[in-house]
Amino acid sequence: MRVGFVLSEVGSGLRRNASMVISVVVVTFISLTFVGGAILLQMQIAQMKGYWYDRAQVAVYMCNDSTVTGNCNGTKATQEQVDAVRAQLESPTLQPYIEHVDFEDQKQAYADFKKQFRGNQIADFVTVDYMNDTFWVNLKDPSQSDVLVESLAGLAGVDQVQDLRSYLEPIFSALNAASYTAIGIAVLMLVAAVLLIATTIRLSAFSRRRELGIMRLVGASNRFIQTPFVLEGVFAALIGSILASAAIVALVQFFVQGYLTKVETSTPFVTLDSAVVVVPVILGIGIVLAAVSANIAIRRYLKV
Amino acid sequence: MIRFDQVTKVYSGPSRPALDDVTLEVLKGEFVFLVGASGSGKSTLLRLILKEERPSRGRIHVLGQDLGRLPNRKVPYFRRNLGVVFQDFRLLPNKTVFDNVAFTLQVIGKSKGFIQEAVPDTLKMVGLGNKASRYPHELSGGEQQRVAIARAVVNKPAILLADEPTGNLDPATSAGIMTLLDRINAGGTTVLMATHEAGIVDQMRRRVIELVGGRVVRDERQGGYTQTIPVQTFGLPGAADAPAVASGVSR
Repeated sequence: MRVGFVLSEVGSGLRRNASMVISVVVVTFISLTFVGGAILLQMQIAQMKGYWYDRAQVAVYMCNDSTVTGNCNGTKATQEQVDAVRAQLESPTLQPYIEHVDFEDQKQAYADFKKQFRGNQIADFVTVDYMNDTFWVNLKDPSQSDVLVESLAGLAGVDQVQDLRSYLEPIFSALNAASYTAIGIAVLMLVAAVLLIATTIRLSAFSRRRELGIMRLVGASNRFIQTPFVLEGVFAALIGSILASAAIVALVQFFVQGYLTKVETSTPFVTLDSAVVVVPVILGIGIVLAAVSANIAIRRYLKV
Repeated sequence: MIRFDQVTKVYSGPSRPALDDVTLEVLKGEFVFLVGASGSGKSTLLRLILKEERPSRGRIHVLGQDLGRLPNRKVPYFRRNLGVVFQDFRLLPNKTVFDNVAFTLQVIGKSKGFIQEAVPDTLKMVGLGNKASRYPHELSGGEQQRVAIARAVVNKPAILLADEPTGNLDPATSAGIMTLLDRINAGGTTVLMATHEAGIVDQMRRRVIELVGGRVVRDERQGGYTQTIPVQTFGLPGAADAPAVASGVSR
């Protein structure tokens, strides 16, 4: 009886306030989509960092026949020079910083290059001689690449010691800025959503003030009076949250997985698993915010 | 049943008190008229009994509860023992007569079975047994007030408060309403009715408490609207039940 009565009150409130309810749905939908997007971007950044930082962090390029930069003079680094670098990398001074070292000679580098630029004209133009013998060094702590640069850059036959993270940092900071922007927009929209929910509930309570007055007079408990209004707000926000969740899942499924992964094959992207983690967060934020703001909005009508 | 101990109520602002040092007691089963001009404090007194307002000073006991110590969350449960009727009926226009009366029971969580039984009984008691499916606007003023009374008593409250229930009705209809209130009182419900209709009070010959400027100036058993004996003390505990000659105090 009570449950049925409360639900019928919720239904009549939603019908009576249809336009406000729709605006609450739309605003929560948009704001929570931004929240979800921001979370996904952060996940994407973390995933890319993990992926790239796990791979070669510092490249030690040896000279080839055409380089004149660094310590090179247009002749390929000799076997002795290569060995000297290897010895240095394995020396007790550098050993503690290094996770492991891979050596890639010109032929392997050429094969990789061909693969990476398949279909591109540059692949026909470049020959084996243009490639560098390269040591790919994984550091235990990626931020200590300076040690390597200092001790190897001066060696004969070394073209360049490069920390690959320096290529990635701008990308990460751009993604970070994007996600902070999304969070900022999300917060503004959430403030609007909360105020809108509160206004909607006040309006709903005002249009039912006769009933509320009689309810208070005959001794309906506060919880009984406020529950329909809180449920009304939560219901509207829940629909918005579900739409936002659907938008996030669709974004990952069709844009990220369906489009981005095909265009940009070398980068790992967030998968549906990440989207599934985001959905409960969105639903939770929507429901909690609606319940709290509706609760506060209705309080004025409960004063005894 | 209802006891006021030196109760004063001052609304905010520099105005004079709405109730000034009122002491009175109403016993179980009594029928009490509260008379006085507009602004004499009748409605304030009723609102204090309902705990819609708190007294500025003094203590109020209703149904054995000290209202000053009744926590807010228990007020709803306390009010379930009181029925209230207003001059303007306060019915819900979009609900039928039956639903208006049932609403009271629904919001305090009574079962469907109980409602199906209690509402028709009460409607029959107030003489509206055949109009359960009408809407308020289809009824006359007297009938609307009967619906309001049915709503007030359907939960069998111990006390019925009526704030000028005949204020909007013609004399003949008012008489019908008074007969109904009398019958409810005969059933054991304490009735406290604020009014300024002299005819009704004079005819009923029940206890009359007169307020002037927030003070009790008369408390008379079987009184009329106007003073029959020059009476009364005020502010003395116990004096309420014993009409006595007093030095005519009023403002």
